Amino acid sequence: MKVTMTVNGQERSAEVEPRMLLVHYLRGPLGLTGTHIGCDTTSCGACTVLLDGTPVKSCTMFAVQAEGREITTVEGLAAAGSLHPIQEGFKEEHGLQCGFCTPGMLLASKALLEENPDPSEEEIRWALSGNLCRCTGYQNIVNAVQWTARKLQSDTAPTGASQ
Amino acid sequence: MTEQHTAEHWLNRSVKRKEDDRFLQGRGNYVDDINLPGMLHMSILRSPVAHARINSIDTSAAAALPGVVAVVTGELLAQHNLAWMPTLSGDTQAVLATDKVRMQGQEVACVIAEDPYIAHDALELIEVDYDPLPVVVTPQQSLEQGAPVIRDDKEDKQDNRVYHWEAGDAEATDRAFEQADRVVEFSTFYPRCHPAPMETCGCVADVNPVTGKATIYMTSQAPHAHRTVFALVAGLPEHQIQIISPDIGGGFGNKVPIYPGYVVATAASLLIGRPVKWIEDRTGNLISTGFARDFYMKGQLALRDDGKMLGLRVNMLSDQGYAYADAQPSKLKAGLFHIVTGSYDIPAAHVVTDGAYTNKAPGGVAYRCSFRVTEASFFIERLVQTAAYELGIDPAELRRRNFIKPEQFPYTSATGFVYDSGNYEPALDKALEMLGYEDLKAEQERARSEGKLIGIGLATFTEVVGAGPSKDYDILGLKMFDSAELRVHPTGKAILKIGVQTQGQGHETTFAQIVANELGIPPQDILVQHGDTDNTPYGLGTYASRSTPTAGAATAMVSRKLRDKARELAAHLLEVAPEDLEWAGDRFQVKGAPDRQTTIQEAAFAAYTNHPQGMEAGLEGVTYYDPPNMTYPFGAYAVAVEVDRGTGQWKVRRMVAVDDCGVRINPMIVEGQIMGGLTEGFAMAAMELITFDELGNCIGSNFSDYLLPTSWETPRFELGETVTPSPHHPIGAKGVGESATVGSPAAFVNAVVDALAHVGVRELEMPIGPDKVWKALAEAGLAE
Amino acid sequence: MYPASFDYVVPATLEEALETLGRYEDDAKVLAGGQSLIPLMKLRLAAPRVLVDINRLSGLDTLAEENGGLRIGALVRTKTCERSELLGGRWGTLGAAAPLISDPIIRNLGTVCGSLAHADPQGDWGSALLAMDAEVVARSPDGTRTIPLGELFQGPFVTSLEPTEIITEVRVPDPGPTAGGTYLKLERKVGDFATVGVAVHLSMDDGRVGRAGIALTAVGPTNLRATAAEEALAGSELTDAVIREAGRLAAEAAQPYSDTRGTAAYKRTVVRVFTERGLRAAAEAVGARPAGEAGQGGHAAAGPVTTEAALEETDRQDYFSGEETIAGVLDELEDKPGGPDGGER
Repeated sequence: MKVTMTVNGQERSAEVEPRMLLVHYLRGPLGLTGTHIGCDTTSCGACTVLLDGTPVKSCTMFAVQAEGREITTVEGLAAAGSLHPIQEGFKEEHGLQCGFCTPGMLLASKALLEENPDPSEEEIRWALSGNLCRCTGYQNIVNAVQWTARKLQSDTAPTGASQ
Repeated sequence: MTEQHTAEHWLNRSVKRKEDDRFLQGRGNYVDDINLPGMLHMSILRSPVAHARINSIDTSAAAALPGVVAVVTGELLAQHNLAWMPTLSGDTQAVLATDKVRMQGQEVACVIAEDPYIAHDALELIEVDYDPLPVVVTPQQSLEQGAPVIRDDKEDKQDNRVYHWEAGDAEATDRAFEQADRVVEFSTFYPRCHPAPMETCGCVADVNPVTGKATIYMTSQAPHAHRTVFALVAGLPEHQIQIISPDIGGGFGNKVPIYPGYVVATAASLLIGRPVKWIEDRTGNLISTGFARDFYMKGQLALRDDGKMLGLRVNMLSDQGYAYADAQPSKLKAGLFHIVTGSYDIPAAHVVTDGAYTNKAPGGVAYRCSFRVTEASFFIERLVQTAAYELGIDPAELRRRNFIKPEQFPYTSATGFVYDSGNYEPALDKALEMLGYEDLKAEQERARSEGKLIGIGLATFTEVVGAGPSKDYDILGLKMFDSAELRVHPTGKAILKIGVQTQGQGHETTFAQIVANELGIPPQDILVQHGDTDNTPYGLGTYASRSTPTAGAATAMVSRKLRDKARELAAHLLEVAPEDLEWAGDRFQVKGAPDRQTTIQEAAFAAYTNHPQGMEAGLEGVTYYDPPNMTYPFGAYAVAVEVDRGTGQWKVRRMVAVDDCGVRINPMIVEGQIMGGLTEGFAMAAMELITFDELGNCIGSNFSDYLLPTSWETPRFELGETVTPSPHHPIGAKGVGESATVGSPAAFVNAVVDALAHVGVRELEMPIGPDKVWKALAEAGLAE
Repeated sequence: MYPASFDYVVPATLEEALETLGRYEDDAKVLAGGQSLIPLMKLRLAAPRVLVDINRLSGLDTLAEENGGLRIGALVRTKTCERSELLGGRWGTLGAAAPLISDPIIRNLGTVCGSLAHADPQGDWGSALLAMDAEVVARSPDGTRTIPLGELFQGPFVTSLEPTEIITEVRVPDPGPTAGGTYLKLERKVGDFATVGVAVHLSMDDGRVGRAGIALTAVGPTNLRATAAEEALAGSELTDAVIREAGRLAAEAAQPYSDTRGTAAYKRTVVRVFTERGLRAAAEAVGARPAGEAGQGGHAAAGPVTTEAALEETDRQDYFSGEETIAGVLDELEDKPGGPDGGER
C-alpha cells in the first residue's frame, strides 16, 4: 500500500507492504542508512528516530503507521556538512566510538534537551536508558549532553548574560 | 642567535577524532549500509536442538516460494568440498551441517532470496528431521568416561578433550608449598558471556562472474588473515579475493573468527553470479558466534605467615564448545592464561590447563581480552583477596608486600613471561588515595555496627598484550607481526595504510598522531586507510590490544624511515651534509644556524620535484614490525559498593581506575577505551550471562535475556593514571583497549564479597545478581 | 527481524474497528502502542492475518479525573502518565509505576490499556491498577461491559476479553480524599521485566486505613492481589507491627517460581520487603507516619523463621518451567488453555 510521510522535512512516498518496518523503509527505499538495527527485541534503541519530535524505536513500528507523520533521522539533524549542537557535543566530549548507537543516542538526547534544557546527570542517564551503547560506558555521552545544554543555553542567553 | 624552533607536540594530546563527523551525520558506512545492484539477501536456518543426527532436510517448499533464488544445504556445499572449514585455532567447524548438528543455533540451511522478508518467509518452509542425541553441556561431563564423542566426524577422535597444556615448574612449585606456613585455596567459575557488539556480524559477498574476483565486504577485525583463510578454504587465488572491512560497529573480539554465514554468502554469490548480503540477527549473534570464558579455575597459593607468596598452583578447565575455533596463538593452547601470577613476585608456579568439547557454540577467547588474560587476572585477584582474609592482612597491604618491585624489571615470571616494565605501588597508592581507602574502611566498620553493608574491592592487575614476537606467536602459522605503509605526497600531505582494523578505537586519529609525532605533519593532513586487503600491507588485525604495540610501532618506524630520507633531501636543499642537520619536530635545521631550515613539507616536495641525482624519487615506505616482546600494561582499581539487605541489590558508590599503559598518544581516546572496558567489566560482574539448560538450550539468546547495562545501571568512573613507558616500543606505548575489562570484574566482585566477608562469605559467582547476594545474606542471618 | 505478512486496516471509527474485529475474530489483532505485539510479530511468535490500527481513532486519549475517579483511555501512552502531574497524591501508585515500565523510548508509544490486554504477569500496570481496584471498559459490536481487573486476568497472557472486544478505557474508582501509594519494582536493568513488583495503595479514614490495595507483579500466573494483607490492614493504624504482618501476608500470597532471576524463596522475600517498604512510603505520603522512615527498611522485621522457611521452600513451577526465553515461554503457553492471546491492545 502507498505511504506518505515527511522525512527530514521532505515529503516522501512509496508503495510498501504493510509488514515493512519503519526502519527498513528508512534504510531501504529512502536510503537513509544512518538509522541502525542492533537487536530483534526492541531492546537496543539503535533504530531510534523522532516521530513528530518524540523518540520511538523504528524497528517496532510499521512504515504504514507513519502515514502523514513527521520523521526525523540522524541525517536530518543538520544540513550535510554541518553539525547540530548535540552532534558537536558528542564530538567535543568523545561521546562516540564505533558510531553504531550514536544516531539513536543523538535523537534521544535532542528530544531530552527540548523537554528539559538543563538536565542533571541523573535525568540524562534516565532519559537515555532505552539506548544501549557498548563502547563508551555512557559517561562521555552524559558529558556530551551536558556540553550541549550549556552551549544551547549560552546561545540563547541574552547579550551580556554571564557565561 | 635565533631561538630554537618548537614544534607542536602530538603525543599525550587529546586531538578530537577525525572519524567522528561521518558517524555523527549518519554517513558511516557499515556492512549493512552497502547495497549493490542485483543484490540478493541470505537468511540462515539454525538448529533448534543442541545435538542430533539429521535424517533429512526438505527444502522443496522453500525453494518454490516466489522470490527465493536458492536454498543452500550442507549437502550442496559438500559437493564443492565446502561443508567444513578450518578454524583460526587449527580445528574444523561445519559451514552447514551435514551429518549432525552439534549445538543449538548451528547453521543448517541458507535461503537466498530477492528480499530479506521473503528469505525469512522461506525459512519457515524448510523441514528438517532431527534424531536427538545425548547432549553434553559442561566440560566436566564432556571429559567423563563414556561421554558421547561430539567430534565423531574426525576419524581419530575417541574423546572430547581439545587440549592438555601445562606451564611453569611442577617440582619447584611442590618445593615452594613445602616451605609454606599457609596454603589458601580458591576455586571459581568465570561464566560464559558474549562481546555482543551493537552491530552484529554480516557481509556482502560480490563475486564478479566475468573476472572471478571476489570482493567481500565483511565485519572483520582481521581482514588479511581472513583473506588468507578464504583462499585456503575456497581454493581461490589470493589476489582474486579482496576483503573490505568498512566501518565496524564494535567488535570486542566477536569479529575475529570466521563464521559460516560469510562462507555461504560468498559461495552463493560465486554460484549465482550476483552479490549476496547476509546480516546476522541478534539471536544468531548471541547463540552462534565467538563467546568468552566458560572457564573453571581452581588453585592454591602458598604463603608465609607474613604474607609473602611462595608458590602458586592453578588448574583450569575450559569449555570450548563444539569446535576449537577462536583466534589463538598456535603454540599456546590456553592462550596467555599462564600469566596468572599477575603483579606478584611468586617464585614458583605450575599451571595445568585442559580444554573440552561440548554441545555449545565454539569460541572462548573473545570479548576484550588478550587470549585468556582476563580469566588469569580475575583468578589471581580473587585469590589474593581470599588470602588476605585468611591471613588477616589488609588486602592492599598483602598486595603491596608481594608486588614485583620496580628494580626487578625486566622481570621473568615463574611461567616464563618477561614483563617489560612496571611500577605497581604508585598506581595502588593513587587509587587508594582517590578512593579515600582508610576513611572508607572506617566507615565500613561503623556501618556494620549500624546494620548497613559496605564493601571495598581492589584489583591490581597486570596485562600482557601486543601479540606478538614471531618466535612465539602465530595464528595458523601466520606470524603476528604488523605493518604500516606511509606515503607523503608532494604537498606534504600523507596517507598511512595499516594492517590493523578499527572497530571504534579511533585508529584514524591515533595513528595519524603517531605519524605527526615523528614527522611533524599535522594529523588532519594524514589519511589513515585500513580494512582493505588490496590497499593495505599485510597485518594480523585488531584484537588483544595489539594495534598500538604492533602496528603503532610499525607506524613510528616507517615514519622514521621517511624522516631519514627527508634528511637527505633537506641536506640537498640546504647544501649541507646530512649530519649537519638536526631534527626539530617538523623541520630540519642546520646545526648552529637554525634559521637555515627545511620543513618536512618542503622535503616532501623536493622528493618529487628536486631530488638529488642518484636518489630514488618519492617519499614513501613500508615497515613490517616484529615486536621484540609483549607489552605489560597494568593498573589499580578500587570499588566501593553498598548492599541492600532486603533485596540483595548492590550499588556501586565509587569506582576508581588508575591505569598505566605507558605513554598515552591520545588521552581522550585512552580514557574512552578505559571507560568502555570498565562498563563491560561491570556488566560481567553484574548481569551478562549465557547459560544453558540440560538439553543445551541457550538462555541468553536475545537482549531480553542477555543483559547489557544501560546508562542507568552503569556507575560513574573516576580515572587516574601513572606512566611507565614500555622500554622496547618506539614511543613507549602499551596497549590499553582491554585493560579495564581484564582488571575490573575482580574489583567489582571483590567489593561485593567484601561487604559480606565479615560473616565468612568468600565467593559469589558472576554475574552477581541480587538473588545470589540475598542468599548469602540469608545464610549468614543478615537478610532484612 | 521480519514479520509475516498481514492486512492492515485503519478504521475511521470505533464502530468500524469493532466491525473489522467481528469479521476476523481470532485472526485479527488490535494495534495500539504495538510495543509488545510487534516484537512478537518480528520473532514470528505472533502472525495475525489482520492488524486493526486504532491509533487514529479520536476520543481514546483521555487521562482525567471524573467524579472523583480516574479515566485512562485506550490511547493514553505510558509516557503521558509518567509526565502527568495528576498522577501524584491520591494516584501515587500509578505515578510511581509509570516511569518504571520498560524503557523511556518504549514508554513513548506503549499504552496502559494495551499492557492490560497483554496480561503479562510481569506487567507493571496490571498490579498498579489492581491495587487501585480498577476496571476496564470493553466494547464489542454487541455492546459495552466493564470488567474488574481481577476478572480480566485469567492466566499468563490470557484475558477474559472476547476476540471481538476492545478495551476503550480503564477506570479507577475514587480513592477518597486522603489516599496515596507507591510501586516498587526489582528489575535487573532498565527495560527488563520485573523480577518482583509490589503495588501499594492506601485510602485513609480518620487516621486509620480505610482500604488497602496490595498487588504483586511477576510472582503468579497473573498480577495478584494480596487479599489477606489488604484485609489485615483495613481498619488498622499503620504501626510497625501491622506493616510487618502485612508484609508477611503479602509474601504468603505470592506464588513465585524459580528462574534465572532468582529462586522462589528470594522472590517471596522481596515481596515481603517491598510490601513493608511500600507501606511505609505510602503511610508517609498520606501523613499516617512521620516522613523519613520509609528508607529505613525495618531490619527488625527480618524474622529468622521467615527467612529459614523461605530458604527451605521448594521451587514451585506451577505454570512455568522457568524457561526464560520468549520462545520458551510462548511454547509453553501454546499448551495452555487460551494460548498466547497476547495482542497489544
